Amino acid sequence: MLFQGLAEKLQETFKKLRGKGKLTENDLKAALREVRLALLEADVNLAVVKNFIGRVWERSLGAEVLESLTPAQQIIKIVKEELTALMGDTRSGINFSATGPTTILLVGLQGGGKTTTAGKLALYYKKQGKRPLLVGADVYRPAAIKQLEVLAGQIDVPFFSLGADASPVEIARRAVEHAQRQSQDLILVDTAGRLHIDEELMAELRSMKEAVEPQEVILVVDAMTGQDAVNVARAFQEELGLTGVILTKLDGDTRGGAALSVKSVTGCPIKFVGTGEKLDTLQPFYPDRMAARILGM
Amino acid sequence: RRHDKIDEDFYEELEEILLQADVGVAATSRLIDAVRADVKKKKIGNPEDVRLLLRERMEELLGENAPLQFATAPPTVILVVGVNGVGKTTTIGKLAYRLRQEGRRVLLAAADTFRAAAIEQLEVWRERAGADIVKHQPGSDSAAVVYDALQAARKRGVDVVIIDTAGRLHTKTNLMEELRKIKRVVSREIPGAPHEVLLVVDAATGQNALRQAELFGEATDVTGIVLTKLDGTAKGGVVLAIREERGIPVKLIGTGERPEDLKVFDGKEFVAALFAEEGEE
Ligand SMILES: Nc1nc2c(ncn2[C@@H]2O[C@H](COP(=O)(O)OP(=O)(O)OP(=O)(O)O)[C@@H](O)[C@H]2O)c(=O)[nH]1
Ligand SMILES: Nc1nc2c(ncn2[C@@H]2O[C@H](COP(=O)(O)OP(=O)(O)OP(=O)(O)O)[C@@H](O)[C@H]2O)c(=O)[nH]1
Ligand SMILES: [K+]
Ligand SMILES: [Mg+2]
Ligand SMILES: [Mg+2]
Repeated sequence: MLFQGLAEKLQETFKKLRGKGKLTENDLKAALREVRLALLEADVNLAVVKNFIGRVWERSLGAEVLESLTPAQQIIKIVKEELTALMGDTRSGINFSATGPTTILLVGLQGGGKTTTAGKLALYYKKQGKRPLLVGADVYRPAAIKQLEVLAGQIDVPFFSLGADASPVEIARRAVEHAQRQSQDLILVDTAGRLHIDEELMAELRSMKEAVEPQEVILVVDAMTGQDAVNVARAFQEELGLTGVILTKLDGDTRGGAALSVKSVTGCPIKFVGTGEKLDTLQPFYPDRMAARILGM
Repeated sequence: RRHDKIDEDFYEELEEILLQADVGVAATSRLIDAVRADVKKKKIGNPEDVRLLLRERMEELLGENAPLQFATAPPTVILVVGVNGVGKTTTIGKLAYRLRQEGRRVLLAAADTFRAAAIEQLEVWRERAGADIVKHQPGSDSAAVVYDALQAARKRGVDVVIIDTAGRLHTKTNLMEELRKIKRVVSREIPGAPHEVLLVVDAATGQNALRQAELFGEATDVTGIVLTKLDGTAKGGVVLAIREERGIPVKLIGTGERPEDLKVFDGKEFVAALFAEEGEE
């Protein structure tokens, strides 16, 4: 399970606290030191961890938690609230256009899972009665367009591209026209993986965004990412403006620190998580339930 | 920041540099503790010297450059493994290109028969590199591809066979069993092979890479790591923890998506980059 190690360590820490009854400032300090280590071991970003610990510390002192009759309970409550704030409160889905087709741009680093996730979203919303169109706009990676075309065939969803010699902006623009003609109402644009520091390719994404005015620009992030996740998320947010995040590869034993880090730097909700290579492995993400699970509540 | 005293603040800053580079909590504290002991023993008083000491320890840990091993009688067989999307196929393309530049005959085995268009992707790289390829239909048995590739390599007098495998998470036992089977076929057909089992690790990976090294290591006796995507802002510090806990050296690094973007790993450069401030270097 995602966050398994983190959940175990936090629950252990709080069990010790509960066993103590009255707490001193030093007890709190020791507990928070354990929380800090547990978060770092789970790959949560260092800056995010420091902030988090700082807030829990201040709130615990400020609310005179230590003087209360049930100090441990109150600290756990604060930690839960702060964890939930880190991940976002309730579930956020895709914002569909009220008038015309909805366009989603999938962006991110190389190999994060954009192309696969495009296929997964198509299947997910096809099952809900939408008419998706998969758009191959990765003209750089060898056989990327073919990859998406194969996936589209597997789930019997129409596919559009202009081939690797066309410009990604042109492909996206023409895809929208094509969708309107064919009355497809959900346009999923797969873009090439790129580094957040690649100015030329980031500019290209901005042009794509301007050309098709998507309802959603979703950052696809590999859940196994470590400390760098916040650099990446922040850069994509600043350069492009994001509306959401999808975390992939949660079917392994990832510690999932990226899940706790990206929301706080982008302000964007995690909308779905990917849990497999097959296209029926996309799940909605419920941040509040996740926070409760981490704390065993 | 500059420090003129060796105090807790200073050690904390060193610790944070390592943590931010994904070295991980355990390996970081071991490194810092060792440095603290050195400072005491050698009575070091200058923060800059402590910094150098830490860097030396990290360089030592990473070891001398470990070159790729080649068979005394060809073909050399290189098996490439790793989790999904880390850069296996691209690394194979780049490695094939490099070996071709050195004048070797290279054959690629398209044993990722699972991922959509994986075979087509390898085809493009084969062309770029000027290598041969053995491939079957999508969905066919990957061990059978490997078998055919080894037969073809012997017949055609190929120097190096590189096997591309499908990405898989190390926790999936059935998929790890498939890798074991591939390796058995290789060892049976060519005594002494595979000569290298390269685990490809994405530099952006956090502590999960330790588990990858452990479980891929158990399944296939990994001989070296290829650390990819070092052209981004990720430092790839987890390879220090892997080296410390599993003894596996980093052999190659990936620094881009072009054929020439594969380099021999250099521990000194790696450590320097880990300490470089933003915008430097
Ligand atoms: N186990 C697992 N594998 C996944 C998941 N999502 C994607 N993958 C795999 O990750 C690898 C990379 O996925 P792609 O969809 O090609 O990634 P991408 O972001 O489009 O890659 P580029 O186009 O090269 O940037 C493939 O092997 C996918 O099968 C997931 O949720 N779980
Ligand atoms: N920037 C950068 N991108 C890289 C590097 N190595 C690989 N990539 C990119 O990472 C993505 C995934 O690479 P692949 O070679 O398909 O990865 P893989 O491990 O074979 O993926 P699967 O077979 O799906 O598991 C592609 O977009 C590559 O171009 C590198 O060193 N730097
Ligand atoms: K990745
Ligand atoms: Mg792709
Ligand atoms: Mg591959």
